[in-house]
Amino acid sequence: MKVYVNGEARNFNGTPSLAELIEQLNLPVARIAIELNREVVRRSDWGSTMLKDEDRIEIVHFVGGGKN
Amino acid sequence: MIIAGREFSSRLIIGTGKYRSYEQMRSAHEASGAEMVTVAVRRVPLDRSSESFLDYLNPALQILPNTAGCYTAEDAVRTARLAREALQTDLVKLEVIGDQTTLFPDNEQTLEAARILVKEGFVVLPYFNDDLIMAKTLLDAGCAAIMPLAAPIGSGLGVQNPANLRIMREQLPDATMIVDAGVGTASDAAIAMELGADGVLMNTAIAEAEDPAKMATAMKLAIEAGRLAYVAGRMPKKLYASASSPLTGVIR
Repeated sequence: MKVYVNGEARNFNGTPSLAELIEQLNLPVARIAIELNREVVRRSDWGSTMLKDEDRIEIVHFVGGGKN
Repeated sequence: MIIAGREFSSRLIIGTGKYRSYEQMRSAHEASGAEMVTVAVRRVPLDRSSESFLDYLNPALQILPNTAGCYTAEDAVRTARLAREALQTDLVKLEVIGDQTTLFPDNEQTLEAARILVKEGFVVLPYFNDDLIMAKTLLDAGCAAIMPLAAPIGSGLGVQNPANLRIMREQLPDATMIVDAGVGTASDAAIAMELGADGVLMNTAIAEAEDPAKMATAMKLAIEAGRLAYVAGRMPKKLYASASSPLTGVIR
């Protein structure tokens, strides 16, 4: 199954949940947020949200910035 | 300074970008006395493990996520929603940029995003051109404050159009007005405050100073001084001299 994570194509076996995706990507889970096909998925729903082929996922965190 | 019913004793809001090191940022934050700092939302890098930037911030600081880098209302709204989910804060500094060279705001897209975000319960603090009519429109849309620019972002030019800020202050006496962008040094911040701003938001002026912590202290003092001068009410300007000493009793 192919999904796009932050614009990059990634292949996964089976149909992982969002929580499993984060685990497989080895990302820190504190203070990140996830969008699936342009809709925010609440943290409490990561475990029950199953990915589908061609899903587009955005995973964001915070960086230093003042303006633009 | 009051934002959506929340009171902040410091009138300075500062950024977290462009510092040479996290240590330098922390010492500048501490010296500034600011209670609120703004942070940007970006994609997590997938190719390396990144530590959380937020861990470098004093946990007592209120974090104000911004939509910096967004060029459409849609992207700004998505960014604000992601920030709220991650930080559990309804505050958002709304920035929708219209042009890469000037980083001037796209007022139309800003207004569209503001309307959507207000409806979704966000406390919206919009960056916009120093224009009274736009300020009124943003307030009518439910924004919690207005954040006019003083000069282009990161330019350090200082207040370019003091008359516009003064007009906004006089015509919108109850609005929280925070000057956002363009301050270069302490006197610029003092001028913004003397014109009646409730606060100033800045990043580059502190981060790119040779000694950011010292500049942060200077900004803190300038904002206090400017505010006091505004509240005190300045003397009217006159073209000719007016002696301070009595005219009678001078020896002959």
